[in-house]
Amino acid sequence: MTRLTDLTMAQARDGLAKGEFTSVELTEAHVKAMEAARGLNAYITETPDLALEQAKASDERRRKGEAGAMEGLPVAIKDLFCTKGVRTTAASKILHDFTPPYESTVSDNLLKAGAVSLGKTNLDEFAMGSSNMTSHFGGVTNPWKRRGDDSPLVPGGSSGGSAAAVAARIALGATGTDTGGSIRQPAAFCGIVGIKPTYGRCSRWGTVAFASSLDQAGPMTRTVRDAAIMLGAMAGHDPKDSTSAPMAVPDFEAALTGDIRGLKVGIPKEYRPEGLSDEIAKVWEQGIEWLKAAGAEPVEISLPHTKYALATYYIVAPAEASSNLARYDGVRFGLRVDGKSLDEMYAKTRAEGFGSEVKRRIMIGTYVLSAGYYDAYYAKAQKVRALIAEDFRKAYETVDVILTPTAPSAAFGMGEKMDDPITMYLNDVFTVPTSLAGLPGLSLPAGLNAEGLPLGLQLIGRPFDEETVLKVADVMEQAAGFTARPAGVEG
Amino acid sequence: MSLDKATVRTIANLARIEVPDEELDHLAGELSRIVDFVEQLSEVNTDGVAPMTSVAEMTLPRRQDVVSDGNCRDGVLANAPDADDGFFCVPKVVE
Repeated sequence: MTRLTDLTMAQARDGLAKGEFTSVELTEAHVKAMEAARGLNAYITETPDLALEQAKASDERRRKGEAGAMEGLPVAIKDLFCTKGVRTTAASKILHDFTPPYESTVSDNLLKAGAVSLGKTNLDEFAMGSSNMTSHFGGVTNPWKRRGDDSPLVPGGSSGGSAAAVAARIALGATGTDTGGSIRQPAAFCGIVGIKPTYGRCSRWGTVAFASSLDQAGPMTRTVRDAAIMLGAMAGHDPKDSTSAPMAVPDFEAALTGDIRGLKVGIPKEYRPEGLSDEIAKVWEQGIEWLKAAGAEPVEISLPHTKYALATYYIVAPAEASSNLARYDGVRFGLRVDGKSLDEMYAKTRAEGFGSEVKRRIMIGTYVLSAGYYDAYYAKAQKVRALIAEDFRKAYETVDVILTPTAPSAAFGMGEKMDDPITMYLNDVFTVPTSLAGLPGLSLPAGLNAEGLPLGLQLIGRPFDEETVLKVADVMEQAAGFTARPAGVEG
Repeated sequence: MSLDKATVRTIANLARIEVPDEELDHLAGELSRIVDFVEQLSEVNTDGVAPMTSVAEMTLPRRQDVVSDGNCRDGVLANAPDADDGFFCVPKVVE
């Protein structure tokens, strides 16, 4: 039999239903694997005892015939989701000992669906980064290595711990959050599937806020089917988040019909900038061929404001961050560094508690919102954001879904791209436009580069049409036949 | 546009982040590069474009103005670095 940690979520669900193994057995196998893979630093906080307790309760529910959609399935939770009674750090020193007295809606939805939580995964501090290197708890090592080269690579970010955990088979799936690419880019770097649903599909309540008009939770899994299962469990309207969409959650798994004949797939010419690497261009071409072979029709489209998306993002996101992170003041929770006055205490607490990337973004945000600069920067960015969203709206008059690369490169080495913030920001050049427009975007592993590292392709859908995105991704996944594994992860 | 040391000091103060004087130069350089990068938006014609203030095209819902939660003082104070007698404590603010 396949090792329990190597099952997909769908296989594990079916195995549990048939009584081939129990949730306790499945969870024990993952707890053991999690301990053995500690070198990756994928988890900030492991909760093996809690997991086994939850697994026992799950087996009990199953005996009574009360199995939920994720019944007994061990998953990991990004350490940005507040978990009742379990330390939640956002990978920041300022929250290093914060224990929420409440549960985020997304993690609560998973628990209510029967899922078992293995622990809290590492991330870039406050989800700000594309390498996981800004975590106060240290970087995460990507389980993938370049062929014949043992140097450690980053898993991407910010959901790097979640991506590494799923790729290394130390969780069946994991939650991620995505503000400008934080689910999709690490999914691509680690050879897994990740979907950022439409803004409003998942509740943001209880998720540590970074940029509230962009933040969205989503699943990170090893297959498209698993992403459909897990997204269904995470999503749903929540009165506690006024931007959560009052819409029913479709049966995402039922959308995987395998039939994409006649679908029009937009291929945006602006995503082929000068200097795009040959291997990325090649895997994109390959993806277009797979879609054609399945009866879909590629259509060249134009999204003319694409080149301004990153600059727009680096005004809007820091502006919102500077406002959201004002709450870390050393008074109500988190770190406090004493000062002679209240103001001095604030300034010392925040200087000591935030890492350098977080400070940079707070200061940029403060600047673009400050008197005299607001119109030139923030208001201008909101207008360009409207143009970017309009580009997509026009494109969807003629196409059903859009195909692009996920990231401009494969995973890079730990410590690379750290000299200049802009170099790191460029990682998100293909994912940020989708975030600004609030659209669903999925990354799936499409192949390996010459060095044996996974490359991802991104599918972007209409608002609240995750079903088409998942359906097309499922067809591409079958065509890609991606069976490669990270170094040291046996079959 | 490049930010000078005085501007960075003002921003840091507005953001309530203590920055030692010897770091101001370096920080001014980093922040200036980011500001230079985002300056490219000035070349986009946005005449007559309404700023995007809401991602989903929906009207924010209203709710009944009633108390729906509460009586959780100890939970609220549980993570406070310094709490006493049911209150958050801070350095003296009134002379």
